[in-house]
Amino acid sequence: MIDLRVEFAGLVLKNPIITASGTFGFGLEFAAFGDLKRLGGIVVKGLSLKPREGNPMPRVAETPCGMLNAIGIQNPGVEAFLRDKLPLLPWRETAIIANMYASSVPEFGELAQVLSVEEGVAALEVNVSCPNVSFGGAAFGQDPAQIRKVTEEVKKHAKGKPVIVKLSPNVTDIAACAQAAQDGGADAVSLINTLLGMAVDIRTRRPTLANVVGGLSGPAIKPVALRCVHQVCRKVLIPVIGIGGIVSAEDALEFILLGAAAVQVGTANFLRPDQSFRIIDDLPRAMIKARSDSLGELRGSLKLP
Amino acid sequence: MMLERNCREVKVREVRFLGTWDEPSDFVELTLENPGWEAYLPGQFAMLRAKHWGLELPWGRPFSISRVDAESVTFLIQVVGRGTSRLARLRQDEVVIIWGPLGNGFSAPAGTPTLLLAGGMGIAPFRGYIESHPSPEFLHLFFAHRAALDFYPYLVMAEKVRAEAVQEHSTDDLPEIIARIETAMDGYAGGLVLACGPTPFLRTVQAHALKKNIRAELSLEKTMACGVGACLGCVCKDGQGRNVQVCSRGPVFPAADVQI
Repeated sequence: MIDLRVEFAGLVLKNPIITASGTFGFGLEFAAFGDLKRLGGIVVKGLSLKPREGNPMPRVAETPCGMLNAIGIQNPGVEAFLRDKLPLLPWRETAIIANMYASSVPEFGELAQVLSVEEGVAALEVNVSCPNVSFGGAAFGQDPAQIRKVTEEVKKHAKGKPVIVKLSPNVTDIAACAQAAQDGGADAVSLINTLLGMAVDIRTRRPTLANVVGGLSGPAIKPVALRCVHQVCRKVLIPVIGIGGIVSAEDALEFILLGAAAVQVGTANFLRPDQSFRIIDDLPRAMIKARSDSLGELRGSLKLP
Repeated sequence: MMLERNCREVKVREVRFLGTWDEPSDFVELTLENPGWEAYLPGQFAMLRAKHWGLELPWGRPFSISRVDAESVTFLIQVVGRGTSRLARLRQDEVVIIWGPLGNGFSAPAGTPTLLLAGGMGIAPFRGYIESHPSPEFLHLFFAHRAALDFYPYLVMAEKVRAEAVQEHSTDDLPEIIARIETAMDGYAGGLVLACGPTPFLRTVQAHALKKNIRAELSLEKTMACGVGACLGCVCKDGQGRNVQVCSRGPVFPAADVQI
């Protein structure tokens, strides 16, 4: 039997499959479709200090092999998450990673402070890459100096919990952003967040999303994600979590081949709500296809011309 | 109670398409193998995607459950886009991925005079509602439709309960149709009104229900990615102006508790 465990950034995961923020709710929505304890980890819906209603509707649109979203970090706030959701999650068995959104550097620090005292929170993922909010999010994520500052602030309040910085692909040089996160003390980076996109309707002559623009995700963006992960893996020493269009165990292994320590599965959770569990079930078969008997052997073994 | 049990039992299943098509149509009754559902509440829905869709269409499509029997589950589908046009072209025995029953259902109190207001494809959930209701003699179906009546399962439903249908040939017919809906609702002031149909239709029902203080439930339709409350793409505002997911908190809402 192939050992699927992965260890990086102080985390020990049963397998490299983590569900991505915003696509798996608080995990509990999916408990009927699979045993949450089998997941490598769950990154919960982006949390802010105060509850947020998010953007106006419509805020999702299906596109060929993908989707656009402009949810705008609707969430019940960090207190409600800690009170109502976290105690119901199997945090002793599965890494629960809190995705954090804030609109200023001090607010990121405050949020990290609140989350880092919680035993049930395994790590913090810093969202400096949401394209759907006017302040914070991508505004931080496009400036390496800001990324470094936010990372330092979160790290200062993280009480030793691993800090993962989630990077935006909507930049000229994503490796420079990853470097900034590493310089700021990040324990890992995760990438990519969504690509800024748009859909319009020629009949109504209006944008499909009320927010006009939104983040593109799904299989359509996998080649971009692979390119970004490749560039970042060659640049930084900290572990990289690959994200972007992963729908199968083969897709997951592609990112690991580039050097990713683990991966996150996002839009695939909408293909069918048990898809992340199916990917885990399928990993051993895909490993045979990759002619590898361990993730460690496969990881970063890309043969470049 | 039944709802809670359903929610826990909901699983993703792969089932066969049992029907065949006589000829291509924009209105189809899609009958699938029963995915092992023992119970559902009329008003609940399921997410469907054909296995052959591959990755091009990443989302399932939500459809109200029209009826369920031991062997099969039936949905009423109007072709409006990329997903529905593919579903209406399924070949016999083709595999469909289904998760459900999802959401809540309509109230079905025994012995309560209940008006079923259906607009177009909104007739779908009332088929199973009529078949499973403890006292169908208390039910009255009012059906407003645009396409010809034989595109809908109206006649088979009219055999079981008191029913009337009115066709909208053009928007000129709307004032009269709205007046008839309101008059019909006035007759159920002490009972229950259930409505399913296009948003303008639901707004008419909601406005009159609130004005006359008539107990009413509205079934909403929204674009959905997940159907299970996670993507937050199908929200509407509740009575207090807070976002609620139509998939997991609805699709049926008391008329006073939702902004449409």
